[in-house]
Amino acid sequence: MADEPLVLGIETSCDETGVGIVRGERLLVDAIASSVDQHARFGGVVPEVASRAHLEAMVPTIERACRDAGVALRDVDAIAVTAGPGLAGALLVGVGAAKALAVALGKPLYGVNHLASHVAVDIVEHGPLPEPAMAMLVSGGHSSLLLVPDVTHDVRSLGATMDDAAGEAFDKVARVLGLPFPGGPHIDRAAREGNRIAIDFPRGFTSGRDLERHRFDFSFSGLKTAVARWVETRQRAGEAIPVADVAASFQEAVVDVLTRKALLACKEHEVDHLLIGGGVAANSRLRALAQERCDKAGVVLRVPRPELCTDNGAMVATLGAQMVLKGRAPSDLGLPADSSMPVTLVQA
Amino acid sequence: MHLLAIDTSTSAITVALFDGSRVTAESTTLDPRAHAEHLAPGIRDVLDQAGVEPGEVTGVVVGIGPGPFTGLRVGIVTARTFGFALGVPVRGLCSHEALAHQAWLAGRRGGLLVATDARRKEVYAAEFTLTSTGSERVGDVLVSRSTDLPEHWRVLPTVGRGPLLYPDSLLGGIPSGVVGSELLDVSAGALGDLAARRWSAGEALPTAALEPGGGFDGLEPLYLRRPDTQPAPPSRKSTLG
Ligand SMILES: Nc1ncnc2c1ncn2[C@@H]1O[C@H](COP(=O)(O)OP(=O)(O)O)[C@@H](O)[C@H]1O
Ligand SMILES: [Mg+2]
Repeated sequence: MADEPLVLGIETSCDETGVGIVRGERLLVDAIASSVDQHARFGGVVPEVASRAHLEAMVPTIERACRDAGVALRDVDAIAVTAGPGLAGALLVGVGAAKALAVALGKPLYGVNHLASHVAVDIVEHGPLPEPAMAMLVSGGHSSLLLVPDVTHDVRSLGATMDDAAGEAFDKVARVLGLPFPGGPHIDRAAREGNRIAIDFPRGFTSGRDLERHRFDFSFSGLKTAVARWVETRQRAGEAIPVADVAASFQEAVVDVLTRKALLACKEHEVDHLLIGGGVAANSRLRALAQERCDKAGVVLRVPRPELCTDNGAMVATLGAQMVLKGRAPSDLGLPADSSMPVTLVQA
Repeated sequence: MHLLAIDTSTSAITVALFDGSRVTAESTTLDPRAHAEHLAPGIRDVLDQAGVEPGEVTGVVVGIGPGPFTGLRVGIVTARTFGFALGVPVRGLCSHEALAHQAWLAGRRGGLLVATDARRKEVYAAEFTLTSTGSERVGDVLVSRSTDLPEHWRVLPTVGRGPLLYPDSLLGGIPSGVVGSELLDVSAGALGDLAARRWSAGEALPTAALEPGGGFDGLEPLYLRRPDTQPAPPSRKSTLG
């Protein structure tokens, strides 16, 4: 064994089967098989379809990861796996595979939190995390603001969405506009041609008592409804829908709220590093506005490349390797998959 | 030979090691909602009991169902991954054949129905004939309401949990000595025994191809049902009321 731990990570919490391998803080491979195309016609991820796809993709993806990294399974020092949160049936496929590897190879197993993994992955992209760091996770299933003193065991939730996740709002609004699933990238593209101040859509929890009570929480369902209402009113009147303007104005409302609250959190908690992860972190306007506001506030912004923002195995391997490096004890072989694992529980 | 047998198609999470002539270790836990928790510890447990290192395992056989999907997949993904990690063949067998073989090993002869819980008020069911030389399936494995099974099936002696769940429609009765025995759920020991017999009789069992991209012919779960999919509704609800 080289002095840096070689860790294989497995992720199956939603619709991507991900297997990543890292050595210490260096990414060797990030292999992915996605079932997203099988869900597109249903307008959302169908759990049973995702679980079936994970089963078929699991071993081929492990095999591809090892081959591409030039790693023999027997040389792996530890196995890490997403224990939750996520779709129960989907998680179980990854957990089953990870445990099988751990027993067959006689290696320790680390069951890790999906959200903490989204934060940890930036270590292989931009180096060690400052402690504490502020992290904002925005994906199809989550929108959270996290204060992270130590990503291997101390992650604190400052706030989260009270209804739709940011990515979910993108997907639902895309449907209203007749754009394909998943809608985020389509809205991002359409918005480039649009005027982001054309329509003044609501920004949830940003003023008055709402802001007091939900300082770092989010709400996007009111926004989604406002967009649907706006579009339907025009449609009823037989007017054409200015798709680019609606997309740009909706997107602006989302990223304005996200970045405002993230920077407010940095200021109030005196943290000068902000990390953004999750699928929505691929959004070009979010990246641009976050950069602008961070520069103004003297906060260092870290966003991993888009492939590492969406669900992947590399992030799980990265967090597993951090746990090995920090000498954390492995998980029990009897660990359950926990579909509603709280973000504050980093290891199962 | 050290054949590792795994089945998670019924309420039992069951693992056994078979050395070619007998079961050297078996671990069975009844917990229909926690297959992933118990399976890997069960494998480690039988290896420890038999004093066998993982690297000494020569093959894996797994019950491919039918059974409730989530639990079933845990067994199959475990078998596939374990076999892949060690570079040994992985084979699949219908779990109902294992149950019929259990009845045969227990001395049953004649007609037999295997009926297991399919949830949603249905059973998975198959008819078998047990002769002096072994058990043989007659026809397909079905998923259906117990009341809709063929008339002559419903009067056969039955193994599996079907008769406990639907005593009014599965009338053949549970063979004596079955309740409380291992004939309600699959036993991996019987699965291993059946696989070894078929194997040594030269019968080709489906094998996972270990070549890259080789796929898993014969190791697919017997789902027997399409996934529940709720297509997105074509027309949206009005937001204007
Ligand atoms: N460029 C983008 N702009 C906005 N949202 C995006 C963009 N790219 C992806 N998304 C959104 O990210 C989500 C998927 O991210 P992912 O981290 O895989 O989430 P999850 O697994 O929780 O669904 C989807 O909701 C998708 O619409
Ligand atoms: Mg995610």
